[in-house]
Amino acid sequence: MFELLGIPPQALLGQLLLGLINGSFYAVLSLGLAVIFGLLNIINFAHGALYMMGAFVAWMLLNYAGIGYWPALILAPLIVGVFGIVLERLLLSRLYHLDHLYGLLLTFGLALIIQGLFRNYYGISGLPYRIPDALAGGYNLGFMFLPKYRAWVVVASLVVCFGTWFMIEKTRLGAYLRAATENPVLVGAFGVNVPLLIMLTYGFGVALAGFAGVLAAPIYSVNPNMGADLIIVVFAVVVIGGMGSIMGSILTGYFLGLIEGLTRVFYPEGSAVVIFVIMALVLLVKPEGLFGRAT
Amino acid sequence: MLRKLALGTALGALAAGGALAQDIDVKLGVLNDRSGVYADLSGEGSVVAARMAVEDFKAAEKGLNVEVISADHQNKPDVGSNIARQWYDQDGVDVIVDVPTSSVALAVAQITADKNKIFLASGPGSTELTREQCQPTTIHWTYDTAALANGTGKAVTDAGGEKWFFLTADYAFGHSLEENTARVVKENGGEVVGSVDVPFPATDFSSFLLQAQSSGADVIGLANAGGDTINAIKQASEFGITQAGQKLAGLLIFINDIHALGAQTAQGLQMTSAFYWDTNDATRDWSARFEEQMDKKPSMVHAGVYSAVMDFLAAVEATGTTDGDQVAAWMKQNPYEDALMGKVQVRGDGRAVHDMYLFEVKTPEESEGEWDLLKQVSTIPGDQAFLPMLDECDFTKE
Repeated sequence: MFELLGIPPQALLGQLLLGLINGSFYAVLSLGLAVIFGLLNIINFAHGALYMMGAFVAWMLLNYAGIGYWPALILAPLIVGVFGIVLERLLLSRLYHLDHLYGLLLTFGLALIIQGLFRNYYGISGLPYRIPDALAGGYNLGFMFLPKYRAWVVVASLVVCFGTWFMIEKTRLGAYLRAATENPVLVGAFGVNVPLLIMLTYGFGVALAGFAGVLAAPIYSVNPNMGADLIIVVFAVVVIGGMGSIMGSILTGYFLGLIEGLTRVFYPEGSAVVIFVIMALVLLVKPEGLFGRAT
Repeated sequence: MLRKLALGTALGALAAGGALAQDIDVKLGVLNDRSGVYADLSGEGSVVAARMAVEDFKAAEKGLNVEVISADHQNKPDVGSNIARQWYDQDGVDVIVDVPTSSVALAVAQITADKNKIFLASGPGSTELTREQCQPTTIHWTYDTAALANGTGKAVTDAGGEKWFFLTADYAFGHSLEENTARVVKENGGEVVGSVDVPFPATDFSSFLLQAQSSGADVIGLANAGGDTINAIKQASEFGITQAGQKLAGLLIFINDIHALGAQTAQGLQMTSAFYWDTNDATRDWSARFEEQMDKKPSMVHAGVYSAVMDFLAAVEATGTTDGDQVAAWMKQNPYEDALMGKVQVRGDGRAVHDMYLFEVKTPEESEGEWDLLKQVSTIPGDQAFLPMLDECDFTKE
């Protein structure tokens, strides 16, 4: 049997599959960021905190209201989305005419506050959240054991990512959205309620973060820092894909998950930095990102 | 106040200058992580434990005016050092307690010795505190990485887990934990079939776990801590690694981590601890009092803070001073015993020697409550749990 650099092909296949699973999280999160940046021009640093909120809301629904995983998969993103809308109305909407930097600072501050509040009430160790019974166990693929839940994560994220892409790029609603960001005044003159559109877009982008949080709750530790650990990587994904490019951020998310998976086999120590190395290279060679349009 | 005055006067009249004639001010500074990764296992809980010790010691009746203050070192050595200096130089603090995160603890140990105060270390794990960087006024109370490696490493190897694979957090602490454990495994007839250095901190361990799985090891040693350990255990259960017969050994894991995982996920995991709340009536009573204030069960670090403060107050009462050298010498001469830690003897190097216990996490069927998580497997006698004393660190020698 042939081996690649001393790694048997079965092991390699397994690692690629794992990379794809991690890529799913990167894709859903970076998609939310890309939607918000592409359509609102806000660099949403609170994204990681809202992802964490998604996981916590799922936990709260289960423990305070007895609502299980499947309803939570819809309810938690809605709740996080509404929270995002409140933030947008009260705070963010006042910054649209200012430089990006102000939005970044505001959302960064919000992220710290949200994380601090959760840390204060729920501690730092994290909370248990069980895998739903229907998705417990797994498939033996011969080269690896694939937990059903991970397979579900890949499917769910693919559906959500491409559904979102389709909605924004191919439907009338998406066309309004894109037009509203190009020229809000003109679109408003046609009778479209632009502030409402923007508010809902932010709510939707944030709900995507909440959705990723619910997906993550059964497999990662549900703790107040879970978003802070991930957000920097996700930002790197968005930068590599090209700020604001919807399809770019999706594809880059999966692609970088795979690259990271391979690094874990060949040089585990480097797996935490490989994404940033790629980011630096992309910025040197193609500063607008792999899928970005030069402005 | 009036009573204290009266008492002081009466005692003063009895014996001027003697050990009885005291009205000593003692200021305890609990310095730990109040907001980061170690906030649950130390944090405010350690302050509560210290206050409980002051109360139970009946310090006021014995002429000790004890005040407890606290601060957050944020797991940063520079922040911790600054607070320690300010406490000693300006705020009149006599003893610093707890200090998880070994890098901060080592800095505090140095400053404490320079100022001739006392450092009661309950939170940190590094053996360096009583070895390479030993100090005359450091009392390392609760546990250290060598004791954990001895406990878990030996017990698991003896029970037939001979081939080990390590998932190691890629920084000083992780490597030293791996090294300590690998030594114990080899001494007991086991072998290390491989290891992987995992960048710190990490959320996804699936890829590393798969490597561990294909190595054919009996045991996967988790040389990491906190959130990393939790994620690794969670995912090992998810990928069917434990169900397929490989065992996990948590090398630094606390009751709070097990609570976060739940018995369903963590069942069967073996771990070493100096204290478990549900050991006997006395530990249950004490833990219930703790829980009233903290809304959770105490960790071994909390129990260690309590015991160490009790012993320290006894030393101050006996010597009639808060002078670092004298108090440390008294604590090293006189054994201590309580319900939480059992018999404790502080060695010349400051290492508090006491029994450690090997626990196994209960199955969900065995667990009768949220915190009913561990069952005791064996006792590791103190003289086997800790590393032998280095000659140059024996400060009781003249």
